[in-house]
Amino acid sequence: MEVRGKVFKYGSDVNTDVIIPARYLNSTAGDELAKHCMEDIDPEFVRKVRPGDIIVAEDNFGCGSSREHAPMAIKASGVGLVIANSFARIFYRNSINIGLPILECPEAVKNINPGDTILCDLESGTITNETTGKIFTAQPFPPFIQGIIEAGGLMNYVKKGQK
Amino acid sequence: MMTMSQKILADKSGLENVEPGQLIEAAPDVILSNDITGPVAINEFRKATGELADPGKVVMVCDHFVPNKDIKSAENSKAVRKFCEISGVENFYDVGEMGIEHALLPEKGLVGAGDLVIGADSHTCTYGALGAFSTGVGSTDVAAAMISGKLWFKVPSAIKVILRGRPAKFITGKDVILHLIGLIGVDGALYKSLEFCGEGVKHMTIDDRFSIANMAIEAGAKNGIFPVDDVALEYMKGRFKRAPKIFAADEDARYDEAIEIDLSTMKPTVSFPHLPENTKTQWEETKIDQVVIGSCTNGHISDLKIAADILKGKKVARGVRVIVIPATQGIYLEALKKGYIETFIEAGAAVSTPTCGPCLGGYMGVLADGERAVSTTNRNFVGRMGHPGSEVYLASPYVAAASALTGYLTSPEDL
Repeated sequence: MEVRGKVFKYGSDVNTDVIIPARYLNSTAGDELAKHCMEDIDPEFVRKVRPGDIIVAEDNFGCGSSREHAPMAIKASGVGLVIANSFARIFYRNSINIGLPILECPEAVKNINPGDTILCDLESGTITNETTGKIFTAQPFPPFIQGIIEAGGLMNYVKKGQK
Repeated sequence: MMTMSQKILADKSGLENVEPGQLIEAAPDVILSNDITGPVAINEFRKATGELADPGKVVMVCDHFVPNKDIKSAENSKAVRKFCEISGVENFYDVGEMGIEHALLPEKGLVGAGDLVIGADSHTCTYGALGAFSTGVGSTDVAAAMISGKLWFKVPSAIKVILRGRPAKFITGKDVILHLIGLIGVDGALYKSLEFCGEGVKHMTIDDRFSIANMAIEAGAKNGIFPVDDVALEYMKGRFKRAPKIFAADEDARYDEAIEIDLSTMKPTVSFPHLPENTKTQWEETKIDQVVIGSCTNGHISDLKIAADILKGKKVARGVRVIVIPATQGIYLEALKKGYIETFIEAGAAVSTPTCGPCLGGYMGVLADGERAVSTTNRNFVGRMGHPGSEVYLASPYVAAASALTGYLTSPEDL
């Protein structure tokens, strides 16, 4: 599976309260949540984001609340991949569970600028910065997690186990 | 050579031994969700064809936006209520008997020592105060666990936090955890356990321990956990519905690092905007607009006592809105009987039924642009309590009540 898009770049500790503020948590619909994605950190995000675009951030992306609404909002806004130095652990789980691709790759984060165009092959973890021509390799998911992703998320994985 | 957390995970996965980094499947004793995360879990649950593996292990609490703040949140509560009714979930708590989940579950005896608890709320780590392995997960995790009775975990490594000495005056569990987060940062314990130990633990009340374990997530930790001693056993006695199962770290357990905290030299600690790691013990004059005393971190009876002792016979500063929220109906009633509620109202504070409302900027104390709140809650991210231009200062009930009297961020030492 390949993802290709333009980069929105952020710093460290991008928390779930700025990804989707709690004032919108009275909704559980992805498209509704997507209207307010990143609102408190980047009011322009929703207007500018296009399908396949990529969020790149530094340390501890997704820290804070366990709200699955955060990766849901990002995925529903059209973002195809989040690359960060590191992810907060509940966000990490939630992203895998709902099928939002994420990769940890500090080398890529250091060498990607806002607006760059990135091509990423999720299976091999190869990240190509088409703007600069530089190529990076992220650690692909371990087989256990790949199983969940291949099944299309945790619920489908559980359903498979029930058969 | 396992840590306390690793021993509980080994027990719940039927393994002799587990190692940091190992992926295991384990069976939780309690699977929790609330009126925000429950509806998402229910949607996911309905994608599968299964039934609840064990309705007795499922707990649902409507606490975030109740009594419902708007039509959408009323629909969410309704979805949770209906689901519990249809699925035979008896541990469902609604307006009138609910409390903030992480104060309510221990009070009702639904969680205790040796348990593996998962919850679709990041502050599920609170129950480590009782010697449980408890951790926050997402709604899909909760749905999967409700159907299969199991969930996958990555076994965490651990940081050992050694508490030394007797706490200095005005030092609470809240100061200890804010100080620790200040030392290691908001990702200082990412993916890891925080295991508390040392002779200082015995000076920490059960409410202190709840505050400390509660905010383990604010250092990125997977869980925070305390040894099970007489203080913990005393709390669980007559409440906990199962027999406490006591695990202790092996003598030769391996830790990534050890951090010592001398409780006797600590100062009241405040986290400045906009991260819990921005801790200070001294500050410039900081005028405030609101004080919130409550939440899963500091809505316990001892927190209300601290605030009532400071506010008794006095008036809150003009221009400061003071909101006090007992964490559960049980705590509310106890505070009423002890006269704390009367003290708060006479001092000019507003007292509310239990709710998570203001902590996450939901309702009941949302801040306007440029406003500042001193709050006993757990997060001070941009926009956490309202407008992105507002500010939250995290503190103990001592600091919050002292600030309520002066109208400025105030240490109780300066009253």
